[in-house]
Amino acid sequence: MPSVKIPRKSTDTDMTPFVDIAFLILSFFIMATKFKPPEPVEITTPGSVLSQKLPENNAVMVIIDSSNKVYFTILSDKDKSKFDDIIENINTTRNLGLTPAEKTNFRQTFAVGVPFGSLKQLLATPADQQGAIKQPGIPVMDSANNELVWWIAAAKSAFAGQSLNYLIKGDGHSKYPAFEAVVSALKRNDEFKYNLVTALDDIPSNSELDLYNRRVTK
Amino acid sequence: MASIDTGGGDSGHKKGPGVKKAKKLSTRVDMTPMVDLGFLLITFFVFTATMTTPTTMDLNMPKDVKDEKQQTEAKESSVLTIMLGKANQVYYYEGKLVVDATGNNFKSTTFKGIREVIINKKKDVISRHQHDETCKKTQDKAKEKGDPDWEKACLDRDFIVVIKPDADATYSNTVDILDEMTINQVKTYAMVKILQQEIDLIKATEATNGIK
Repeated sequence: MPSVKIPRKSTDTDMTPFVDIAFLILSFFIMATKFKPPEPVEITTPGSVLSQKLPENNAVMVIIDSSNKVYFTILSDKDKSKFDDIIENINTTRNLGLTPAEKTNFRQTFAVGVPFGSLKQLLATPADQQGAIKQPGIPVMDSANNELVWWIAAAKSAFAGQSLNYLIKGDGHSKYPAFEAVVSALKRNDEFKYNLVTALDDIPSNSELDLYNRRVTK
Repeated sequence: MASIDTGGGDSGHKKGPGVKKAKKLSTRVDMTPMVDLGFLLITFFVFTATMTTPTTMDLNMPKDVKDEKQQTEAKESSVLTIMLGKANQVYYYEGKLVVDATGNNFKSTTFKGIREVIINKKKDVISRHQHDETCKKTQDKAKEKGDPDWEKACLDRDFIVVIKPDADATYSNTVDILDEMTINQVKTYAMVKILQQEIDLIKATEATNGIK
């Protein structure tokens, strides 16, 4: 009796469409990804319903971390010379005696969170090793010795004649007095308009803002 | 003996007997390692991608004015003062703070409850609105801008919310309450330093409510 032969099927599957999809997704993510800039501290920003875009240039960012430490940083990718202007200004007004190499290093320094006394030490450290330094934060709480006032003043003079945004990026858990001290430093430089960095929240439905938005878009 | 193929002669073209056929190699490539690599990269990019795009919120602070004549006047009846305490507690009073034998208008609530309070107060202020010339100007301005609500533009002009976070309030609370102003379309609000009397009241309320 002839035995019935079951035709043997290959277990190989054609992977080509799979590869197609995989690389399609891959290319999407490569395009869409914007790498997080290295941050000295992890900040969890509170949510807000407002959805303005964050300015990426011509901005000063003051960071308040969860333990109420204050950091100062400048966002100016287009014009790196602003960094030099600011550190030069700080160096002269505060008489810090920074070397040219230390001043150049300021360009790479992501955020400054040290009192003026320790600034030389911070800038003497190469930028990639600064993460290891424990920064105590810029002194702001004492209104007579609010060092942030000087930083803001230096930034203001470096960006003179251009628009300059003041971003405040606070951690949700930081306490209000730190925020108030930052605001008072800005106020003392006659700056009254700030942007608070937040994550996007949904607008509660049927609230007045929601109803208004619906009317406008109609 | 092995012979060296000179390339000439008849070996290439004519396939006579004895000439071995070149084995046909399959053109199929094993895709599995490629898929592996592809997905590895995908996972990497998914994890590093910053999905939450940061947004910003405007905050305008008034200039500190020492001269009392230049300070903004507010009708007592249309002011709502909101204070932020620890543990996400919110305290508020309408108009002037009264804590004596005649009454007590110092109340406590949470972030969920404060929206209701703001909405009610706003309604109350609007109901007492009196139309006048300056109001008409505000309306015309709004109309020019193309505001669909131009008729309502000045109804709530007297409504002022005063925000006073205390030392225990978090930054997140502060942003939340400012957000609440946007959600409820409160046009005039100010962040003001908290008074000692109010701090004492918050402390006392916290003690009675057992908030740590």
